[in-house]
Amino acid sequence: MSEEDNNSVAKKASAKKAAVKKSAAKKTAVKKATAKKTAVRKSAAAKKAAPAKRAAGKTATKAASGTSFRFTRGNDDIAVIEINVPGDAQNTLKAEFAEEFAAVMKQVRGDGKLKGIVLMSTKTGSFVAGADIQMFERASTAAEVEKLSTQCQLAFQQLEDLEIPVVAAIDGACLGGGLELALACHARIATDSAQTKLGLPECMLGLLPAGGGTQRLPRLIGIPDALDLLLTGKELRPAKARKLGIVDQVVPAGVLLEAARKQIAKMQGKTPRRTSAQQKVRKDFKAVAAGIAMEDNPAGRHFLFQQARKQLLAKTRGNYPAQERILDVVAVGYGKGIKAGYKAEARAFGELAMTEVSRQLRGIFFAQTALKKETFVPAGVEPRPVQRVGVLGAGLMGAGIALVSINKAGKDVRFKDRDTDGLAHGYKYLRGFYDKRVKRGAMRRFDAETELRRATGTTNNRGMAGCDIVVEAVFEDLDLKHRMIADVEANCRPDTVFASNTSSIPITDLAKGAKRPENVIGMHYFSPVEKMPLLEVITTPKTAPEVTASAVALGKAQGKTVIVVADGPGFYTTRTLAPYLNEATRLLGEGVDPHAVDKALMDFGYPVGPIALLDEVGIDVGTKVAPVLEKAFGARMESPKASGAMIEAGYLGRKTGKGFYVYDAKSKKKGEKPVNEALFDLLDAPRGQSVPAEDITERCTWMLVNEAVHCLGDGIISEPLHGDIGAVFGIGFPPFRGGPFRFVDSIGAAKAVKTLERLAKQHGERFEPAPLLREMAASGKRFYD
Amino acid sequence: MSQRLKLSGPRGRVAIVAGLRTPFARMGTHFRDVNAVDLGAMLVAELIARSDLDREEIDQIVFGMTVMMPEAPFIAREIALACGMPDVDAYSITRACATSFQTPASAAESILTGHTDIAIAGGVDSTSHPPITISKKLTAVLRDAQMAKTMQQRLKLFAQLRPKDLLPVPPSITEYSVGETMGQSAEKMVKKWGVTRAEQDDIAHASHSNAANAWKQGWMDDQVMTAFVPPKSSPVHEDNLVRMNSERSSYDKLKPAFDKQFGSVTAGNSSPLTDGAAAMILMSEEKAKAMGYKPLGYIRGYHFAAKTPADDLLMGPVRAAPVALDRAGVGLKDMTLVDMHEAFAAQIACNLKGLASKKYFEETMGRSQPVGEVDPAKLNVNGGSIAYGHPFGATGARVIVQTLNELQRRGGGMALTTACAAGGIGAAMVLESE
Repeated sequence: MSEEDNNSVAKKASAKKAAVKKSAAKKTAVKKATAKKTAVRKSAAAKKAAPAKRAAGKTATKAASGTSFRFTRGNDDIAVIEINVPGDAQNTLKAEFAEEFAAVMKQVRGDGKLKGIVLMSTKTGSFVAGADIQMFERASTAAEVEKLSTQCQLAFQQLEDLEIPVVAAIDGACLGGGLELALACHARIATDSAQTKLGLPECMLGLLPAGGGTQRLPRLIGIPDALDLLLTGKELRPAKARKLGIVDQVVPAGVLLEAARKQIAKMQGKTPRRTSAQQKVRKDFKAVAAGIAMEDNPAGRHFLFQQARKQLLAKTRGNYPAQERILDVVAVGYGKGIKAGYKAEARAFGELAMTEVSRQLRGIFFAQTALKKETFVPAGVEPRPVQRVGVLGAGLMGAGIALVSINKAGKDVRFKDRDTDGLAHGYKYLRGFYDKRVKRGAMRRFDAETELRRATGTTNNRGMAGCDIVVEAVFEDLDLKHRMIADVEANCRPDTVFASNTSSIPITDLAKGAKRPENVIGMHYFSPVEKMPLLEVITTPKTAPEVTASAVALGKAQGKTVIVVADGPGFYTTRTLAPYLNEATRLLGEGVDPHAVDKALMDFGYPVGPIALLDEVGIDVGTKVAPVLEKAFGARMESPKASGAMIEAGYLGRKTGKGFYVYDAKSKKKGEKPVNEALFDLLDAPRGQSVPAEDITERCTWMLVNEAVHCLGDGIISEPLHGDIGAVFGIGFPPFRGGPFRFVDSIGAAKAVKTLERLAKQHGERFEPAPLLREMAASGKRFYD
Repeated sequence: MSQRLKLSGPRGRVAIVAGLRTPFARMGTHFRDVNAVDLGAMLVAELIARSDLDREEIDQIVFGMTVMMPEAPFIAREIALACGMPDVDAYSITRACATSFQTPASAAESILTGHTDIAIAGGVDSTSHPPITISKKLTAVLRDAQMAKTMQQRLKLFAQLRPKDLLPVPPSITEYSVGETMGQSAEKMVKKWGVTRAEQDDIAHASHSNAANAWKQGWMDDQVMTAFVPPKSSPVHEDNLVRMNSERSSYDKLKPAFDKQFGSVTAGNSSPLTDGAAAMILMSEEKAKAMGYKPLGYIRGYHFAAKTPADDLLMGPVRAAPVALDRAGVGLKDMTLVDMHEAFAAQIACNLKGLASKKYFEETMGRSQPVGEVDPAKLNVNGGSIAYGHPFGATGARVIVQTLNELQRRGGGMALTTACAAGGIGAAMVLESE
């Protein structure tokens, strides 16, 4: 067996994508787009004045049952406002809260003796996780959405304007509108529990925080740190939030309320600390020297915003308007005052909510949420219990699969590899991950070691019998994989699932070598597994439904967004990526500069260009898949013949130092990697031809999109939604374009057919529109209603 | 004669269903950066995984170490936690070099009474991480300074300290009660029992040769795990103390280590300081059958004996063996194998003489008959602590598992295993295998 990772085109594709994502992580948008978290925007708004459910003063509790806010006044003249949205797992802010909120505020103002207010959630694991996004799905104009923002800003302002101290006691998710609500309070205390996290993830949906968050956050923690949070949407653990100054104190959950009361006592007789009126106070000398000069005077700020914008555009390439608007709005708040800032925030919010980008990003978010609930099997089919995961081959893929199995899913892993050096590779990979976590302070050493011990290994079959599922990640070789199946069938239980991580070998072919084909399934992970969000599960007609359910459940536990596709050459992701890469290579054959190709497609929104991607994957790897696809689908999958010559010349990509580009230390320093000049002769290509960027983008993207439609027509994927998610999370299709099917819907099937027909005439038959696309064009139907 | 004591409860005998150890490594080598908890946990995690057992099925972990790890003295529990078994009970035992004879014995007693279904018993030691302490004087000054009320009082206290009081104190290797190192005790025994240098070196050479042979034959592969040592996860499978090409003549060249003038105990015929861990899974016969295990073997009888450490410190095994055999209802002649922990070749030589000495049995135990002459062909057939090394807490489990595997290889039988330990303690355990 080989520890060799069976990287396919798609897999390495993803590797590069992740690498790019990582470098872009800081301030960019690309990542956000792969939005994951929960609800985001808030807008609890003070709508029409509410009929106050009054019952002021006094001691005990008075709260209307079934409401989301519960007001309890204690004998110590401190009131506790408890948030608990009935019937929901998470607290989210909704427009209908306006009345309730107004009633509570009235109660507060009517009580002259009140010394302070504690704002907290009584829902486990959730302070306020954001706003109910559905709220502005329903809005049809920018003005409507802007009004939601204005109302929310007003409500929060009322809270902040109170003359008595208001303390947010935060336990659980405090995100989006939830954090904005907390920012409007006069102090924030967070628990140290695992579920407590703080952040403003709005930009991941192409929006911005519209409850005053763009104004209050920079005033609380300074412009650079605030921009980092606003532009990336990252979530913070309590300790980090404390370090940045977002929360005043981190305490154990058991003393949260007590700490909040103490905080109120401390604040008695002082003017409430209103975040909107603050100026971040810098403590360390270096920050004072660098920071004050920068952000505390108009010229410095101008420079700071200018730099931020430059960095941002380098990463977003202008594809993510929300990030740009966030910068604008923060700048307005400093340039023209906070009132103008709020106004700009609300206006930008309304406009962004109406953009195609935000609509698509929200669509992705909803699709992901829907897939979390999707089981892909008929009701009543239960997954087989999985606790021990066998992993055959401890190479890059195997180790990655092991990592998410222990770290995310909490399973035990039993590696099997040819020799102990192979096993060592797997352990080393795991250890590298955990060492980093420990170094960053994200994990205690003892806990890291304990998780690491969940992975054990063998070079024979010792300890494999207890595996509930075995995932093979060995070399892409059918005979070898058949031996693996025989091995598992001989040494494991009759109900042990055999999953293959192949990216090119049809699962049906694998299952032919099995005594129990019902146990055989494909689990196609993308590299690096711990970073790439997608898992493509491949079933054959013989795969038992419980086996599918087990693979899906394991994938979800590993933190993956899972799609289930039918078996066929290249499945879904490899099959759609291949013609896209072929087209890019074909452009090189026509004499187009590799940089021009990569740049055009990155400008279009791919995280990495196709040529650079091929170099990452390895030219030799791509050529393994090509004949399989060409054989199955004919001319439209025909791959340029240059690759044979490249392999012969040793130009395999990054791993050999030369591929389409040259990789060495010298060129790395210079920034842009030089093109491998020998290539033009190999490709027999004329030099210095130029093709307009639009043509490059059009040709490559339509090859991909058309193939995706073929997949739907052929029943490889059962729903457009699966195809969109698969393309966005598996092969890096621009998320803000929604995926191939949303992309077609956004321009219309008829126009899509016309475009493809034109391309077919210009460049060849391979652009012939998929039959399903023609049908849709004829009937005027859309993929999504 | 002691009474026959049948080690069988309502659920049958106590079965050892699996056993494993880490490679044993000379102090400061492979495991220089792996402490006792990590060593023990790496072993237990692999033992469980390769036995196809669920962690949750284990009721108890009984473990011991001898070189204290001050930051984690409760070794058994730390190992349970470090293996992700927070719900598994655990306790630690110390019995010096016989520690992991006691841990399976205690687990067995608990299984026999029905308190425990499945237990893991073993031991570990890291001599690469000895507890270094501060001097008694410094300890006293610091303690008093903490209680002092004024700065003046404190200064006065610290003024008493001399530079030598500030030096760290390495762990003591002398018998606390007697004030001798174990090597010195061995030298005393050599002289008393009339053991020659050549006898000792023969034993050492045999130990290395047998161990090397066992490795070469592949017999150790299944009972020694591959450790993947951080930070690079480098695989380590073989013991690094065994002389794979032992030559008898090379032992002659070594100088006596403890008695330079008249001594014969050398570094070559003593067990070296070693890092390692060893453990086994125990359960009732009935449970093992129900779970489909084919046990390596069963514990048939055991005894722990004690004598004054003042002289004949390491003769404990001679006291323990006859009782263990009596309880097992068997005699030396019934044994397929005899496996004795080799603290020193000198100790083995003395023990063998003692086991055969009618006089010694009459005088010290009031028994009319000695255990008898041990057939050299049955003794330590796959090598002992002189060759493998001696991580104090792990040796007992190493001896038991190694012996059971050899019995299995020979198609079953019975074996007497022993260990001497500090304080004049001796352990003996009779094993049977089918």
